[in-house]
Amino acid sequence: MSNTQGTTPTAQKAPGADIKSTRAKIADFISDNGALVGLLVLCVAMFIATPDFLTPNNLLNVGIQASVVAILAFGQTFVIVTAGIDLSVGSVAALSAMVAAFTGQSWGMPPLVALLFGLLTGLGAGMLSGAATAYGKLPPFIATLAMLSIARGLTLVVSNGIPIPTPSVVTWLGGSVGPIPMPVVVLVVMGAIGWFILNRLSIGRAMYAVGGNLEAARLSGIPVKRVLVTVYALSGIFAAVAGLVLSGRLASAQPQAATGYELDALAAVVIGGASLAGGVGRISGTLIGALVLAVIRNGLNLLNVSAFWQQVIIGLVIAVAVGIDVLRRKRA
Amino acid sequence: MSDQPILILDHVTKRFGPITVVDDVTVNVHKGKIQVLLGENGAGKSTLINMVAGVHEPSSGQIIVDGAPTRIPDTKASEALGIATIHQELQLVSSLSIAENILMGRLPQRFGLVDKGEMYRLATEALTTVGLHVDPRMPAGALGIARQQLVEIAKALSLKARLLILDEPTASLTKHEIEHLFGVISQLRSEGVGMVFISHHLDEIAAIGDSVTVIRDGKFVAEVPATTPEPDLVRLMVGRSIDEQFPRRATPPQQPLLRVQGLTRKGSFTDVSFEVRAGEVLGIAGLVGAGRTEVVRAIAGADPYDTGTVTVEGKPLPKGRIAAAIAAGVGLVPEDRKAFGLVLGASVEDNLGYATLMSSARYGLVDRRGQAERASAVAKRLAVRMRSLGQRVGALSGGNQQKVVLGRWISAGSRVLILDEPTRGVDVGAKVEIYQLMNEITAAGGAVVMVSSELPEVLGMSDRILVMSDGRVAGVLAAADADQRTVMSLAVKEVESDRV
Ligand SMILES: Nc1ncnc2c1ncn2[C@@H]1O[C@H](COP(=O)(O)OP(=O)(O)OP(=O)(O)O)[C@@H](O)[C@H]1O
Ligand SMILES: [Mg+2]
Repeated sequence: MSNTQGTTPTAQKAPGADIKSTRAKIADFISDNGALVGLLVLCVAMFIATPDFLTPNNLLNVGIQASVVAILAFGQTFVIVTAGIDLSVGSVAALSAMVAAFTGQSWGMPPLVALLFGLLTGLGAGMLSGAATAYGKLPPFIATLAMLSIARGLTLVVSNGIPIPTPSVVTWLGGSVGPIPMPVVVLVVMGAIGWFILNRLSIGRAMYAVGGNLEAARLSGIPVKRVLVTVYALSGIFAAVAGLVLSGRLASAQPQAATGYELDALAAVVIGGASLAGGVGRISGTLIGALVLAVIRNGLNLLNVSAFWQQVIIGLVIAVAVGIDVLRRKRA
Repeated sequence: MSDQPILILDHVTKRFGPITVVDDVTVNVHKGKIQVLLGENGAGKSTLINMVAGVHEPSSGQIIVDGAPTRIPDTKASEALGIATIHQELQLVSSLSIAENILMGRLPQRFGLVDKGEMYRLATEALTTVGLHVDPRMPAGALGIARQQLVEIAKALSLKARLLILDEPTASLTKHEIEHLFGVISQLRSEGVGMVFISHHLDEIAAIGDSVTVIRDGKFVAEVPATTPEPDLVRLMVGRSIDEQFPRRATPPQQPLLRVQGLTRKGSFTDVSFEVRAGEVLGIAGLVGAGRTEVVRAIAGADPYDTGTVTVEGKPLPKGRIAAAIAAGVGLVPEDRKAFGLVLGASVEDNLGYATLMSSARYGLVDRRGQAERASAVAKRLAVRMRSLGQRVGALSGGNQQKVVLGRWISAGSRVLILDEPTRGVDVGAKVEIYQLMNEITAAGGAVVMVSSELPEVLGMSDRILVMSDGRVAGVLAAADADQRTVMSLAVKEVESDRV
């Protein structure tokens, strides 16, 4: 039996180990902040490809382009953290904007009241999806897929398939104050609210517990059903805000607005480091994910790449980002 | 046959980032011999065997199989070398059938399709070796933790490995199953299989082991024969001696705290009634499948029941409402910490705080200071071994994970603690700490209900012992009048009268 334990090799190894740990620290930083590093690399690459990229005007453009998807994605983050998914956000955004425009235009509601109607529409749609998953035991994928169809259908019913001009506050949300575009302001405000909910509210912390291990959360007395309804309700409200901003930019609520945006929102969340398996996800990551998508779109536009190819490239970016993430998790 | 070890862990070291978990340890495993690894929770035992199982690769040092230095980068490579591993934490896929779990990756095929008949035959054969008689078509998740453990063992045995690694295989088994398992192990040993065996039950070492490698804080301490007396093993392991294994300080029982009357759920338990007084520890004993876990889960509001009442301090608890039970001071430490106790991806602090997360919030805001203070106080009191409160709970050793689940209820100030197998996978030193905690709780006027499959623990720590059999209360004994024989004869009572 070899009871002898060598000690000399350890002494020799020490310096090498130190170097390795510094290098490991850098590697850790990159792998912990993969999306951020990716975003910076992307910006530098875009700048080299076309110096137009780094002009203040263009950067504000990127912010505006990112805003709608980012706000949708903030809402989606709550849902993903609980291991759910909300496919209805694009449709709910369109419906909420349409309801605001319709109540303002056809019912003659004051603009602020119309805006409130829009928000309540998003809240209601989200609560329905949430109740269907939490109490009706429908898988989130199915419940929100149904809501995707219902909300889009209702948008067409309300509008009769014709765009409706937006109330003045909503148009203001899509405009700018001085040099500052309002969509970017709304993006920042909604991001701050999202961060606050996830990090400072007890129900936000509970979302991580529910997504990480639903049964353990339940046995600890966390009101799992209430948490689930809340995340879909929040996703609905955030979708409504995104829809209002989008319609404000166009000064009219379009029946086909935000079609397919749910995929961009999902991509932003996942690129930002959240796991579809639940329990993981940050608002800051989601913001970065949305910026990555916006920078790519903007850069490809500047470079005159056709919209068709842009689709393909965005798809590849999502696959690569998530692939890297899966590999990283496996190693950890 | 040569004397060459089939496996040598040669001066292996494993680091996770800056911390060294296994530090220059050497272990030899011989053909037909059982090498025991002994050490406290977090000593590095699982990490050590994980390097052989293909979960981790050593940071330095080498693994020598049959005299040749070998790399084991993944589980496939490990299996290809004839190594089978039973991991400490259950690895079964709960939605798949027992048979599919046992034969995962090597399902019998016929014309390119899974040969179901053969699959069930092979699975049944494997289950028979461990003495488990269940339908292999059932989903694995439908089994309790002890039976899942037996399925894991059956799976490993069916690989016909020549080196078998058993990481705490007995942690959730009762005496009966352990004896059966030891029979199988002895048989394999005589067939020349080499084994690594990890357990916190010291009596098992002399019963089954050949040689013991003791490690402490990741470092090699000594290698001693398995016949070494237990107190000496303890001293090597924890660096001090433990005078009293079951330090129960009885408190005079006071007013009844928890009263259960006629609790019944069809198919699980029938007419269960008992009372626990403030200052009392009630042990619940019984065979695997006697319905102990089902009853305590129902009491804690985790599952519904058909009829009966549960009252705490005279106030009835609503059926199946966990939050109400918690508010009344009931805390449940479930038997399967990985599945029901912990959010493995979240931090130690978060896990310690879940029971108070909602109730301590003001205006919906997390009580961040309070949560942090409670967590650090409890972690200190239970001596949870961790890098920081922010560490992922999944990276803690098994015993320390158990302390975290327990700590959650201490932190919530629960007065009726329901502990389901509270010392499963907990080392001797930490066990005593948990027992002392039970003393503190009862001394402070709380009550403890402890379900345990370890008879010595039930006998040593309870004031009264309730024995369950086939979903019914077979009898209640005062601890003073109870011994292994009286408890066991009650535990098998109903079963026999039913089956004769
Ligand atoms: N992936 C990991 N990352 C960081 N630390 C880890 C990781 N895995 C294990 N550790 C740490 O290594 C130490 C040894 O853990 P290990 O699971 O090997 O202990 P053990 O001896 O098996 O304990 P137990 O008896 O409780 O099962 C622990 O302190 C644990 O926190
Ligand atoms: Mg272990």
